[in-house]
Amino acid sequence: MTTVAVKPATMAQALTRAMRDAMAADPAVHVLGEDVGTLGGVFRVTDGLAKEFGEDRCTDTPLAEAGILGTAVGMAMYGLRPVVEMQFDAFAYPAFEQLLSHVAKMRNRTRGAMPLPITIRVPYGGGIGGVEHHSDSSEAYYMATPGLHVVTPATVADAYGLLRAAIASDDPVVFLEPKRLYWSKDSWNPEQPQHVDPIGRAVVRRSGRSATLITYGPSVPVCLEAAEAARAEGWDLEVVDLRSLVPFDDETVCASVRRTGRAVVVHESTGFGGPGGEIASRVTERCFHHLEAPVLRVAGFDIPYPPPMLERHHLPGVDRILDAVARLQWEAES
Amino acid sequence: MTVMEQRGAYRPTPPPAWQPRTDPAPLLPDAEPYRVLGTETAAKADPELLRTLYAQLVRGRRYNAQATALTKQGRLAVYPSSTGQEACEVAAALALEERDWLFPSYRDTLAAVARGVDPVEALTLLRGDWHTGYDPYEHRVAPLCTPLATQLPHAVGLAHAARLKGDDVVALAMVGDGGTSEGDFHEALNFAAVWQAPVVFLVQNNGFAISVPLAKQTAAPTLAHKAVGYGVPGRLVDGNDAAAVHEVLTDAVRRARAGGGPTLVEAVTYRVDAHTNADDATRYRTDDEVETWRAHDPIRLLERELTDRGLLDEAAIQAARDDAETMAADLRARMNADAELDPMDLFAHVYAEPTPQLREQQAQLRAELAAGQEGAHR
Ligand SMILES: Cc1ncc(C[n+]2csc(CCOP(=O)(O)OP(=O)(O)O)c2C)c(N)n1
Repeated sequence: MTTVAVKPATMAQALTRAMRDAMAADPAVHVLGEDVGTLGGVFRVTDGLAKEFGEDRCTDTPLAEAGILGTAVGMAMYGLRPVVEMQFDAFAYPAFEQLLSHVAKMRNRTRGAMPLPITIRVPYGGGIGGVEHHSDSSEAYYMATPGLHVVTPATVADAYGLLRAAIASDDPVVFLEPKRLYWSKDSWNPEQPQHVDPIGRAVVRRSGRSATLITYGPSVPVCLEAAEAARAEGWDLEVVDLRSLVPFDDETVCASVRRTGRAVVVHESTGFGGPGGEIASRVTERCFHHLEAPVLRVAGFDIPYPPPMLERHHLPGVDRILDAVARLQWEAES
Repeated sequence: MTVMEQRGAYRPTPPPAWQPRTDPAPLLPDAEPYRVLGTETAAKADPELLRTLYAQLVRGRRYNAQATALTKQGRLAVYPSSTGQEACEVAAALALEERDWLFPSYRDTLAAVARGVDPVEALTLLRGDWHTGYDPYEHRVAPLCTPLATQLPHAVGLAHAARLKGDDVVALAMVGDGGTSEGDFHEALNFAAVWQAPVVFLVQNNGFAISVPLAKQTAAPTLAHKAVGYGVPGRLVDGNDAAAVHEVLTDAVRRARAGGGPTLVEAVTYRVDAHTNADDATRYRTDDEVETWRAHDPIRLLERELTDRGLLDEAAIQAARDDAETMAADLRARMNADAELDPMDLFAHVYAEPTPQLREQQAQLRAELAAGQEGAHR
């Protein structure tokens, strides 16, 4: 048996590999979107797929998001498993009618007769210096739509495992790809059969005793950094990476909060009406008697995504997380 | 003088990869809607086909009347009648082969029924007991679609997928005149043209989008003209002439099946009833207008043609009416039976497996039902 060196790989490479393996395993898997073919996508995530599988399997579509998703619906009706790329977060909005009225509801409308196994890949979030309309975090809209699964990886291995699971799912999955982690590297062995993760499980990325940081996607590395920094202050923080926003893993999250008694939800998207409100409320309902302090939120400000030169003031960073952690000493304050 | 010959006309140099269109089908529709009934062409039509169309029209008209009556009895929440448009509905169903797919809008119940969908199951959307009553795969009829024009890209995707799989399946997508203003209409036509997908688009131009007349919907000379910009042939047909609609649709379906790509057919027709039973049509149109169109009724046109040529006698007319009456009686009887609904179905088809969150809610409702409560309506 030859052992293959475990080399660093980027999240983008793992995503490409996931699509490639899925396409090789199942001829029903088709990739479509703007520039996904010859160019390999503006982030090169579909690099090489058109060459390997042909333009019928990895298709450059006309420039029309509703059309891309709408035709994917018809393709799925006929037994294909479309993997659709929305070029950037805010450019998925023209497709919302198809997403909300049809993709999310077709199984329900037809009493289970017509499930739609569509994966919708959406590069999302800020921190890459993108201009207007290139940095939105739209997860709350997707979460608020019954019928969709909403998934977001934070590690290279999860990018592979969760994307394979998304493509294999018989339900539509909105697969949110944290743009700013595309080039993050992990030790990862692309030659070994890869682990496919079930959708709907959170993981404890770092265990700790004094409080839980509940987070996902691009904010996971920030929380891990904050947890390291907090040690100097005597805080031993646990970091839970949700990985799946729908379904939500109450079990893992609540088990952690019951252990630590304190929690902060961290994400980039707006706080008001954002995912953090839902999460804090779920945790409070289930863990009230274990809580030593209210569940706090560290989120983006309630503003349209700011211009790149100001985004660092908007994005939740280590300091803001540490401030929130300090506020968890509730009794001392009140 | 063509546009390109005009002085100062935009005259781009074609890029190196530019290919001229080779499809011989003309893009521009004829100036007048195509007609068969009452013309020389009618003699060439297959008498058996005409008789089938006739029987289906009579049945469709009766279905519309029965469904409208059911709204008055409170058995249907609402019914968008297609009275006056039966020729389009019936021809749509009959132009397709069994393996083809139909993508109807909310008004196209009749097309679905003519294609084989159970008349009661076709009404569950409007009755309110479920969104889609039938299995779309059984007769290859997509769910009746309420958001305007959104079913059109589905038809394109399905036809494209079928072709990729090597199946010679055609999709026929139906939309109203108002629906042609939606972005999805544009995107569907463009995708279909670029992919040369085997799709036929049928626009039923019935004069109104609820209250808004065509002139306020578009400045195009006809809706069939819209095809030109996509590189798709546009066809204009008299939508009340069942033989003409059937011929034009059958041609378009054949062309699509042979790899000729999509066609946009505009059928000029008229909505004789109001938009739905809940609408007051006197606010936006005159009785005179309606009467003019009644004179051009699809059943009358076909009946005249058939009787003039000795292809239909009183007995055959009566037989068609009796058949329609039997269908209506059966529909009435079955619709008057109360639907049996299982509240637990609320959670059954949201995901393949209910999420933990839905399981909790399921347990809550089950407990409420066990306690004899009527859910939130207590
Ligand atoms: C996206 C969308 N907007 C608005 C409506 C509400 N609506 C239902 S029918 C209708 C008019 C449609 O007219 P047309 O497309 O001409 O079809 P017709 O009803 O005449 O068959 C409108 C505005 C809708 N169903 N979908």
